[in-house]
Amino acid sequence: MAPVCSSKLASRLIIVNIFYPVRKETHKLILALMLVSVVCFCCRTGSKNSLVLAGSTSVQPFVELLAEIYQHHHPGVEINVQGGGSTAGIRAVKEHICDIGMCSRHLNPDESCWLTAIPIAIDGIVLVVHPANPVANVTVEQARGIFAGRIRNWQEVGGNDQRITVITREEGSGTRASFEEKVMGGENFAPDALVQDSNGAVREIVAHNPGAIGYISFGLADRRVKVLAIDGVQPDEESIRTHRYPLARDFLLLIDDTQVSRLARSFIEFVLSDEGQEALAEEGLIRVR
Amino acid sequence: MRERLIERGLAVVALSALGSLLLIALFIFIEGVPLIIKVGIRNFILATHWAPTRGSFGILPMIVGSLEVTLMALLFGGGTGIGVAMFLSEFAPRWSVRVLKPLIELLAGIPSVVYGFIGVVVLVPWIRKTFGGPGFSVLAAGVVLGIMILPTVIAISLDALNAVPPSYREGSLALGATRWQTLSRVLFRAARSGIIASLILAMGRAIGETMAVIMVAGNALLISASPLAPVRTLTANIALEMGYAVGDHQRALFATGVVLLVVIALLNTIAFLTMRARK
Repeated sequence: MAPVCSSKLASRLIIVNIFYPVRKETHKLILALMLVSVVCFCCRTGSKNSLVLAGSTSVQPFVELLAEIYQHHHPGVEINVQGGGSTAGIRAVKEHICDIGMCSRHLNPDESCWLTAIPIAIDGIVLVVHPANPVANVTVEQARGIFAGRIRNWQEVGGNDQRITVITREEGSGTRASFEEKVMGGENFAPDALVQDSNGAVREIVAHNPGAIGYISFGLADRRVKVLAIDGVQPDEESIRTHRYPLARDFLLLIDDTQVSRLARSFIEFVLSDEGQEALAEEGLIRVR
Repeated sequence: MRERLIERGLAVVALSALGSLLLIALFIFIEGVPLIIKVGIRNFILATHWAPTRGSFGILPMIVGSLEVTLMALLFGGGTGIGVAMFLSEFAPRWSVRVLKPLIELLAGIPSVVYGFIGVVVLVPWIRKTFGGPGFSVLAAGVVLGIMILPTVIAISLDALNAVPPSYREGSLALGATRWQTLSRVLFRAARSGIIASLILAMGRAIGETMAVIMVAGNALLISASPLAPVRTLTANIALEMGYAVGDHQRALFATGVVLLVVIALLNTIAFLTMRARK
């Protein structure tokens, strides 16, 4: 951020210098002001009391909550939690743009050799339908058929005679990537699948459309929607923690071990502490400790 | 000396507005055009499969989606808007013009997310229950956008109608034409280029609108002639996926922006030329 701003400032000053017949002292003053602003920028981002986290938007709301509690315990600490997606989070840690990355998918080998991944919680991706839908269980195969557009009516999976409205997430989303990996097996989503850009938007549509099906984080499913069992396994704390439920995934914090600040370590310790884990559990995630 | 300084200062401000416009355009082109060249323009704007993280960059469904939604918006908003402008210029009592015009202008000030929200809560379920399908559709987006372009259509059409010299109206009425005959055969023809320009500007607004469309169009990657089918527009594509996009995916979104920019520039040029033809 800092270099972009200062260069923009500089380019503007150059324009000013061309057009204004200013005196030399003014030049010096402008230069000094510019230096001061650059220094201020550096101070702000590099401060010992601030922490920047970036990455998966699935993990983001939970970490934001933890950051709030942590800041309450440690006044004066500033924690900035940004989204961007798992991939962007990994890149940000590598390039030291952020202190801690957030990730909701498996690291591939070439990523995991650079980074240390710390599991902080386990999340299940659950299939949700309208509460009035009589279907309670589907197999992974059926789920793939539905989302690929081969199964188009609820009757085909034991439900009412009603067209299925499929809702998926946008390309690049961590939840979508996990779902593709665990359910779709290389198949494409149906072309007429609705695309929404958040768990909340998917849940909202499912809650109001009797024929809809979507997938969201276990922690975000509430009473307005009905959660389906997959291959006979109902997603709950136990089945997700043991990965018996097929759509479970780890939420990770990522650090570059060679360059971790004391504050970052302290924050991770807090996340793994009883208080931090309890806060995550209250939000519907499964504790790792 | 002081005078000159102020003049120069204002010139710098004016140039910086122009400069930022050029910089934005330049930036979008630098980021987007290499990808179009890499995958080939044919494989970009004429291919139907969009899976940017797996190397497919066809944006035809979005181009068709944008056009469908825009046409639908013109169908709803264009006709209504011109009708309102005709009423306000010819038939409305003066006091009602004084009330209605500011109200219509207020319509332009409502944030698009509010239009989208009302669309999701009211319009989408209504379409689903009445016509079937998922509700999120070209129709829903067209109706919402139709309302959003009303202020543009009304304001510019009304200006065009009011700019017709009073002698035309008086002459026509003096020859025994009714008010409607005067309006439809004389005033409307005289103001035609301004009215067309209002429609083209409204088209630019509709094609560029993002938030409301994302909320009600369904964003499916589908090419369908049905007004009840969900579609994705060019703008929706960029806004939906930019949060996570990296590498070629990100460049593909900039390339989508290039296509959008070209389309909007074309529309504005046409509007400018028709407006000038009037004078």
